[in-house]
Amino acid sequence: MTDPVLRVENLAKNFGGLRVTDDVTLDVLPGELHAVIGPNGAGKTTLINQISGLLSPDAGRILFGGEDVTRLAMHARAGRGLARSFQITSILPRFSVLENVALAVHARSGTSFRFLGRVATEEALNAPAMAALAQVGLGSRAGVPAGELSHGEKRALELAIALAMEPKLLLLDEPMAGTGRDETERLIAALRSLKGRFPMVLVEHDMDAVFALADRISVLIYGKILASGTPAQVRADPAVVTAYLGEELE
Amino acid sequence: MADIATASPARRARLAGNALPLAIFLVFAVVPLFAGFRGEAYVLGLVTRVMIFAIAALALDLLVGYGALVSFGHAAFIGLGAYAVGILGAHGISDMLIALPVALVVSALFAFATGIVCLRTKGVYFIMITLAFGQMAYFTASSLAPYGGDDGLTIRMRSTLAGFQIFHSDRALYYVSLLALLGAYLLCRSLVASRFGRVYRGTRENPLRLATIGFEVYRYQLVAYVIAGALGGLSGFLLANAAEFVSPAYMSWQRSGELLIMVIFGGMGTLNGAIIGAAAFLLLEEWLSGITEHWKVIFGPLLVLVAVFAPGGLLGVWARLRRIGRD
Repeated sequence: MTDPVLRVENLAKNFGGLRVTDDVTLDVLPGELHAVIGPNGAGKTTLINQISGLLSPDAGRILFGGEDVTRLAMHARAGRGLARSFQITSILPRFSVLENVALAVHARSGTSFRFLGRVATEEALNAPAMAALAQVGLGSRAGVPAGELSHGEKRALELAIALAMEPKLLLLDEPMAGTGRDETERLIAALRSLKGRFPMVLVEHDMDAVFALADRISVLIYGKILASGTPAQVRADPAVVTAYLGEELE
Repeated sequence: MADIATASPARRARLAGNALPLAIFLVFAVVPLFAGFRGEAYVLGLVTRVMIFAIAALALDLLVGYGALVSFGHAAFIGLGAYAVGILGAHGISDMLIALPVALVVSALFAFATGIVCLRTKGVYFIMITLAFGQMAYFTASSLAPYGGDDGLTIRMRSTLAGFQIFHSDRALYYVSLLALLGAYLLCRSLVASRFGRVYRGTRENPLRLATIGFEVYRYQLVAYVIAGALGGLSGFLLANAAEFVSPAYMSWQRSGELLIMVIFGGMGTLNGAIIGAAAFLLLEEWLSGITEHWKVIFGPLLVLVAVFAPGGLLGVWARLRRIGRD
């Protein structure tokens, strides 16, 4: 068996008296798309925040590429190839679309403590950034200030930023949140073309997207993993159907 | 016609971007030629002060305008640079080969030591803690009894360069200050457009995003803080030579506030605005205080007007006027 890229072991987190992550164990294999679904308030974003390092867990371990990263700062995890997108769009609004992505290329290539030379004309940063933008269909919008993009385009930009990091693992927190039908389909197509290139953890509400893309699904309810398996297994799991999927699939 | 409209906006924008600083420095360069008409010493002294404070304002703009780090203690760095000249001078060391590096290093070290603490905080807390460190420096200077304490310290001899009396005349001091301002301006311009500058500007926009793509935000802010501190020290070095006097008042929180006003008045995050703001502030102060000793009664409401109606400062007003002119 191949070693997992990411392994989360017995993770736990409390917000005051509320247990938001309850003994969560899951892993992500190379090339796998592992979806995490669950109703609102199930603790999906909290889980992603702990994996990416925005929150630190109360108990448990996070192993990334075999290394224990549980106590590492967010930027250090990113430096090791852990990229994430946010449920609530998180971009640099006054930077151009290209600059947003070029900054991500920059983060993994060469020094940042260079005080001379115009960064805006550095082809070594701009070319990979343009390539990432082309992959998500934003190639023609490169010069626009990111704050002026439509909501769907911002979601695509988030994805392009994550791609430009050439991550070893992609954590996607509801990449389709709030997008229209057309945009959702475009994003699904973009994700499908990325499948296999990067292992991904996908948190998503859109069940069509999840069942279309995922290799494995974990169902999170009240901070606990209720079930984990292939889409077919999860769909057939009686506990999942009663607790969550029932109303979604009818 | 279509060619001009479509092909050259980028080049035209760059040209327009350089026209203003060129004009500013041209004015500074020719002032001494015309200063003779109306009390040369007075005019040169005033404009030298403008340029010296413009250096400190540039440094502060680097923090406030480009990094959203609202420092309310930036006058401390001016004071440190000035005291380096004063204290060394009191011990008979007036050569700038020693005094200038000491002024820069001391203010950079102070920025590093305080920045480590200040930059752990954000927003209002950052303002408060930079203010606190500024006041600490102020009270420390006030208690330096051997160096004049509250009364300050007269500098008996302006700095020399390897024994050569580089500041022998006000005109020489003027041009050295102009060179220093030009150097500081070019450094800041290059810095904000560099690799470092993009990351640093990014920390203003969205620090969380920067961290998630792998940048340790704090380190970039600290480097900028140290650079801004050293530029403050440069300003202080020149100020001590221009005034031939140093006093704790250089570090007072009112001074820090005035520096912030200069930056905001001129237009934050533009560098040009910092220079224009410093000039506007000091010249208005000079002019209004000639009219009445209660000049702040006029100056205060003027600031309020700018803050309310021109959030982009004087440069913002200028840009808006030009847009109206074109339409």
